[in-house]
Amino acid sequence: MTKTKAEIIFELQKELLPLQGFKHSLGIGAVDTGLGPIRYSFPNATFPVGAMHEFICTGPEDGAATAGFISGILSSLMRNGGVSLWISSSQTIFAPSFTHFGIAPDKIIFVNVAKERDVLWCIEEALKCDGLASVIGEINELSFTASRRFQLAVEQNRVTGFIIRNKPHNLATTACIARWKISSLPSIRVNDMPGIGFPRWNVELIKVRNGKTGCWQVEWMGRKFRHVNHIVPFIREVPLVNKLIS
Amino acid sequence: MSKRFVVIWFPYLRTDWFTRRKQILKELPFVLTVPDHGRQLISASNPIAREQGVETGMVLADARAVIPSLQVLDDRPEISHRLLKGLAEWCTKYTPFVAIDLHGGLILDASGCTHLWGGEIRYLEDILTRFKNLGYHTRAAIADTIGTAWAMAHYGKGPLIIESKQQTAALMSLPAEALRIEAETVEQLYNLGLGRISGFIGMQRSALRRRFGRSILQRLDQALGNEEEIVEPVQPVIPYQERLPSLEPIITATGIEIGLQRLLGTLCHRLKQEQKGLKTAIFKCYRTDGRIEKIEIGTNHPSSNSTHLFKLFELKISCIEPGPGIDLFLLEAQKTETVSPLQEKIWQKTGGLNNIQLSELFDRIAGKFGNDHIQRYVPDEHYWPERSIKPALSVNEELLREWKTGRPRPVQLLSSPEQVQVTAPVPDYPPMNFRYKGKLHKIIKADGPERIEQEWWLQQGQHRDYYYVEDEEGRRYWLFRAGHYSDSSYQWFIHGFFA
Repeated sequence: MTKTKAEIIFELQKELLPLQGFKHSLGIGAVDTGLGPIRYSFPNATFPVGAMHEFICTGPEDGAATAGFISGILSSLMRNGGVSLWISSSQTIFAPSFTHFGIAPDKIIFVNVAKERDVLWCIEEALKCDGLASVIGEINELSFTASRRFQLAVEQNRVTGFIIRNKPHNLATTACIARWKISSLPSIRVNDMPGIGFPRWNVELIKVRNGKTGCWQVEWMGRKFRHVNHIVPFIREVPLVNKLIS
Repeated sequence: MSKRFVVIWFPYLRTDWFTRRKQILKELPFVLTVPDHGRQLISASNPIAREQGVETGMVLADARAVIPSLQVLDDRPEISHRLLKGLAEWCTKYTPFVAIDLHGGLILDASGCTHLWGGEIRYLEDILTRFKNLGYHTRAAIADTIGTAWAMAHYGKGPLIIESKQQTAALMSLPAEALRIEAETVEQLYNLGLGRISGFIGMQRSALRRRFGRSILQRLDQALGNEEEIVEPVQPVIPYQERLPSLEPIITATGIEIGLQRLLGTLCHRLKQEQKGLKTAIFKCYRTDGRIEKIEIGTNHPSSNSTHLFKLFELKISCIEPGPGIDLFLLEAQKTETVSPLQEKIWQKTGGLNNIQLSELFDRIAGKFGNDHIQRYVPDEHYWPERSIKPALSVNEELLREWKTGRPRPVQLLSSPEQVQVTAPVPDYPPMNFRYKGKLHKIIKADGPERIEQEWWLQQGQHRDYYYVEDEEGRRYWLFRAGHYSDSSYQWFIHGFFA
């Protein structure tokens, strides 16, 4: 029986994937990160753990949204008692907020080192450590060489790496398998209750290796992600106080 | 196993020290003096001066009469002890057990060490040549007991290596003072015509005790090996210690690495057999010029994993200055703890904070940057946001209380709140808009206020009313007003960013 051309291509693609850093996502025991439809953007429709993800931020508000989205992913990565390392040159993350994402804040260990190159060193060492669930590193600039080193390190282990880049000057290609951009979206009030609803983000997958880029709207609802299926039109609401006065 | 002791005597300890600092003194007769009742008394003289008849205890004026060109320096008697201590520490390259002899010498317990230098003759030769190169005059002897070695070093002639169990024969011809007995007893012995040890060594013990007291018997027994002599070593004996002498001085990093790896290999093998793990270790490199280079490491979990320990040392190898070369490596495990190997296996399977690899990672980071760069937080009994968490004392500290989950807390907290300008028309309602870093944010939705009072037992000041607000672009902030709205002194601050 001869194989059709499509079948051959499919098989070759399957062989190529492990060589391109998707080694673990093919194996059994893939973690369901609860990202729903977003996973269809990745090869084999699985969110790649044991790989490097890059997040681009343009300010502290974006940084907070990104940290929130990553925390959401971490909550499933750390479900079976794992530990994560958060490495930065100046720590801004407020540990108690992890409780909102179902993570015990004491399971996150912060490493603060002054210089960027020391941060790079720490990230690489941490990625080599089998005992971690994930490593989050905050650095502004990431050279291709550095990202390649990270990617090679994660391919050895099952550690998932997240790099948060705040206001990067140079957005050149890196060896990370995905580049994301998370920004805040106005929340929607639940049942017309006053106040602020669940945190909602615009999740943009700018680059993904062997996958499809895309843009989704995601909400963190208590303990899991929820997709906002319909595109919410951007309505400029009347400021709160005006409403109160009227 | 019979013990072997080396006694090193420095007959010109202080003058040698002065000569080392001023090489020109080597050629000249010189003495050290101390003032005594308005005259200068000689407290030490160098070999040249002594040859010409200037002895310790002479008055300087008399000495000047003997040698008109005599150089005189003020003595510093207090350096003796410090100097001996330094020399003793340097001597730990020959044996871990080195003690200071109060008569201006050192006592080395050389049991089981001499074969590393190729026998006792070479061992002793090495010590003597090293000290000679450093500029010290020494006399040394090796024997089964400290007493005999001391006697031979100070008064002995001929071979200074006393074969095992030959103490009696060696002591025979020596004067009585070689036994380290009081001057009074020595004088008594001389008066009785017993100036040599051979004169009284065969006497009845009871007769000796009756005439000269107990101490002479004790000293005799100590010299002959019938009674053990206890001396206090300069450095307490460290059980986990490995040493590696090198044939030729090592100056390259690769050489140091090989030495370290070998030492770690043997030490870790021993630790594993005894089910121990090291918590702190020190790696010392003895340079040929007498300096000691050392690097230290510490671990969170007691470890006997040589690859991990090597990685910790590796970060610091660049700090070692090999100088003219390193001829001895020494590795000490200063602090060890018992570990059960069964436990390790359980840890390796589960993740979590007790993971061995994780603690090894922390060791590496802490070794490179310091322990305070690794932070883990546990909840504290405070509502005040800055004080609601505290750094955990150790990486695996247990939680004493639960995390509070009731109130919203921002993902990012500013290290100190930053003042913002707001428009807030209604008392106790969230502001309409605020200006932060020059940008105006219009507030659409808000939650709050959450009042957090000052903890007056810790700090005085105004309370905070926190608002969780969202602007028109969906960005979420944590603002607070310090003070009552009715007060004229209230101020608005931004304190964090929500996800």
